[in-house]
Amino acid sequence: MAEKVMVKGTEAIGEAAIRAGCRLYFGYPITPQSELTEYMSRRMPQVDGVFLQAESEVAAVNMLYGAASTGHRVMTSTSSPGYSLMQEGVSYIAGAELPVVFVNVVRGGPGLGDIQPAQSDYFQATKGGGHGDYRLVVYGPESLQEAVELTAKAFDVADKYRNPALILADGMLGQMMEPVEFPEFRDLSTLPDHSSWAMQGAKGREPHKITSFDINEYVLEQMNLRYQEKYKKIIENEQMWEEYKTDDADIIIVAYGTMGRIAKTIVNMAREKGVKAGLFRPITLWPYPYEALAKLADQAKLFFTVEMSMGQMVEDVKLAVNGKKTVEFYGRTGGVVPTPNEVLAKLMELI
Amino acid sequence: MPNQKYFQYVRKDRLPNVWCPGCGNGIIMKSFIEAAGNLGLDKNKVAVVSGIGCSSRVTGYLDFNTLHTLHGRAIPFATGVKLARPDLEVVVMGGDGDMLAIGGNHFIHACRRNMDLTVILFNNTIYGMTGGQYSPTTPHEAIASTAPYGNLENNFDPVKMAISSGATYVARSTVYHYTQSVKYIEEAIKHKGMSVVEIVSNCHTYFGRYNGMSKPAQFMEYFKKSTVTLSKAKTMSEEELKGKIIIGEFHNDESRKTYLELYEELSEQLGGVAK
Ligand SMILES: Cc1ncc(C[n+]2csc(CCOP(=O)(O)OP(=O)(O)O)c2C)c(N)n1
Ligand code: SF4
Ligand SMILES: [Mg+2]
Repeated sequence: MAEKVMVKGTEAIGEAAIRAGCRLYFGYPITPQSELTEYMSRRMPQVDGVFLQAESEVAAVNMLYGAASTGHRVMTSTSSPGYSLMQEGVSYIAGAELPVVFVNVVRGGPGLGDIQPAQSDYFQATKGGGHGDYRLVVYGPESLQEAVELTAKAFDVADKYRNPALILADGMLGQMMEPVEFPEFRDLSTLPDHSSWAMQGAKGREPHKITSFDINEYVLEQMNLRYQEKYKKIIENEQMWEEYKTDDADIIIVAYGTMGRIAKTIVNMAREKGVKAGLFRPITLWPYPYEALAKLADQAKLFFTVEMSMGQMVEDVKLAVNGKKTVEFYGRTGGVVPTPNEVLAKLMELI
Repeated sequence: MPNQKYFQYVRKDRLPNVWCPGCGNGIIMKSFIEAAGNLGLDKNKVAVVSGIGCSSRVTGYLDFNTLHTLHGRAIPFATGVKLARPDLEVVVMGGDGDMLAIGGNHFIHACRRNMDLTVILFNNTIYGMTGGQYSPTTPHEAIASTAPYGNLENNFDPVKMAISSGATYVARSTVYHYTQSVKYIEEAIKHKGMSVVEIVSNCHTYFGRYNGMSKPAQFMEYFKKSTVTLSKAKTMSEEELKGKIIIGEFHNDESRKTYLELYEELSEQLGGVAK
């Protein structure tokens, strides 16, 4: 393993992608992630990769769609309004079962919103966003090191299931600097073999079909059922979460990403006051670790979800807890990051 | 005491503006204000629509009906306003990225329809707001934050694009050529049909810094030196025109009906009411 280097969040994700074997990047500038686009413009030609600044996010997502169908590792990065624009393509890519990695560095919304960190795109990320019965594997890193590791993982998982994956970061993660240890460069010859489905010429064999379309509703239903089979496997195999001081906890704070990281401080502050708090931090936001969270419902008195939104993930917490215990919520929105003190004050009010 | 003829069009409480000192956006805004004053525009009868970008912030400072909309979508937004309120003078302002990259498709279609809009393109040949990425008007080989080794792509000529797409008034000026800018904007506003005024501007903060012109004055020098008028350009060879900015009124055709006129005719034929 290499030594730790200080990097900015957006650049950490870019370098991680390149080391994971991503050699095509298409993007459109948008704050707070333009540095990632800029990083790729600098790095891609150095590693025999391709960079192109698209004329819009709509163009970028369709460039990805095309490039991914050739079986290469491809990525884009954007921020909320840009990711909204990409949704048509995201839905098609999911339907065509193509491995593409998306990065959404979320900012305050809706609409133009602002450029401050937010988590208000959770619904869009995990419950659809585009049209149709589809799913993306969604990762919510809390630190740059984790973002680097999850970026590599996102490419592997996307390839393994032929399914798009999304890194759901936020402006805080994108803009901060932290020491990071990068993995070695992936030897491109060890990347998964996509010759069974990719567009690589059809001489001497049946043509491959990469599509999200069938005019016959029964055939389309079969395609959808196949997607669902795949999603079931992803649910079985790919859930990730972290538990922090939950062993003896009777208050479970649930938070992800930047908020999850801040929540660790809150747990410790609460414990100093004699409150046995613990943190459940989902790392995959889809598949959501419902069962692991449900297990805590027997021991805990109260679940307390904290988000940089007006309450989106809290719906999944409620699904997991399933009425067994009270689920409370605290959130700030519009790009305001809750401070540990204000969250703690709210927690003390609740107990 | 500022001249009320012009000052009435400014939201004084919103000043100072957010632009870098010396940015061309202020000059273009003033050109528009002067044109509006000269024409004696009634502020309630004007809607100014912008997208997103440094230049698009102009709608915050102008005291008309102003609409600060989505990145790239000012033209369709303005089309909606114009069709809902044909009595308004609808002006669209924004940047080269906004109007020619993400909004490029809308730009050519509004020209094709001869929609009765006045488009003022703030062409600083870069994405200012997001930090100096290349735009569809960044010259080939110029440096940008996403073209660190020089821009591989070629740039659009917005004037040619507008004319070939069907705009019926098309002119170009620079921020150095203030008097011409005012005149072209006045003509564009008076013009019936789609009018496009491109004003070549400076983003010394990004484009300039990357390309050896970090001071606004260097741009002024450059615009002064590199500009030729359309009539002069007609006497020059391709070779001589290389790297030159041609300014002037390129196209002015009032013979073509606007979309609204055609629609009103249709409505009348069918016995409907257009408004
Ligand atoms: C859908 C979407 N994508 C990207 C952005 C980010 N963005 C804001 S302004 C801008 C470009 C600005 O360039 P230009 O239009 O030339 O205006 P300038 O700042 O140069 O005046 C971009 C890419 C956005 N706001 N929305
Ligand atoms: S960044 Fe460039 S375009 Fe934006 S205000 Fe500054 S000089 Fe003007
Ligand atoms: Mg610009």
